[in-house]
Amino acid sequence: MALKMSDLNIGDTYSECLVEDLKRTQIVQYAGSSGDYNPVHTDELFTREVAGYPTVFAHGMLTMGMTGAMLTNYVGDGRLTKYGVRFTNQVWPGDTLTGTATIESVEDGVVNLEVKTTNQEGAVVLSGYAAARVD
Amino acid sequence: MAVDKFPVEASHILMFARSIGDDNQIYYDEDYAAGTEPGSIIAPPTFAQASAQFDPDYFLRPKPGEDWFGSGGEPTGIKKKEESSGGGGGGGGLHAEQHFEYHRHLKPGDVLTATTKPGETWEKESKRAGKLVFSETVTEYRDQNGELVVTARGVGVRTERPVDS
Repeated sequence: MALKMSDLNIGDTYSECLVEDLKRTQIVQYAGSSGDYNPVHTDELFTREVAGYPTVFAHGMLTMGMTGAMLTNYVGDGRLTKYGVRFTNQVWPGDTLTGTATIESVEDGVVNLEVKTTNQEGAVVLSGYAAARVD
Repeated sequence: MAVDKFPVEASHILMFARSIGDDNQIYYDEDYAAGTEPGSIIAPPTFAQASAQFDPDYFLRPKPGEDWFGSGGEPTGIKKKEESSGGGGGGGGLHAEQHFEYHRHLKPGDVLTATTKPGETWEKESKRAGKLVFSETVTEYRDQNGELVVTARGVGVRTERPVDS
């Protein structure tokens, strides 16, 4: 369902839990579907002993993908015209993520959103923007 | 990165949607999708990134007969002296930013090409990871008719040391 321009107000928010207790297996699934097999995402031995991190961590693009699902649930399928993010903190196995879209402006049939994803400690792991066509 | 042929396929879209935990029917159910505004299965917004599957030289995929930097019997398959410096990504760097512009949404049956041009590079000091070297790339995805369908801008970062968290 697409959004109606007349129903939208600056400052309105939409929020979803993106994942609870992120599993290493989901990170493996993402490696397989995206084709990004960087061992820092799936290979515990390499990640601890060579890369120097405590454990494997999620692809930034997995977080962007999960946040994108929140966005399309909000604005409707095929409605996004822009979506861009910065990855501000790593996402680890066990993390629970919440994605939020906040309306910044509505003009000429387009809604501009501020996009933010936080972890269970409230740290921002992704911040960015999106734009979508509205009715 | 240059990809000569990125065929957008329904089974790949289904697997991609599963991997991001998105159970929206428009990504796997043709009959449902026919009744939606797009009128057919479409790809999720970040799907273009999976073009890596069709890049013959993509360096983050193990290839037969070539050394791979992930672990086997040892923590890395690359001998110490050949190991590339620059921690933080274990050779691959980290992804700092990603931006997409959708001129239209991808659907099964599309056959895309992707051409990537380098953008700007810049440096920054950070408390959490030492010197950071950023580099930007811009990728244009075109469909079977030569129409621009998605423009992607990515920023990668190499860190001096692993990021403190």
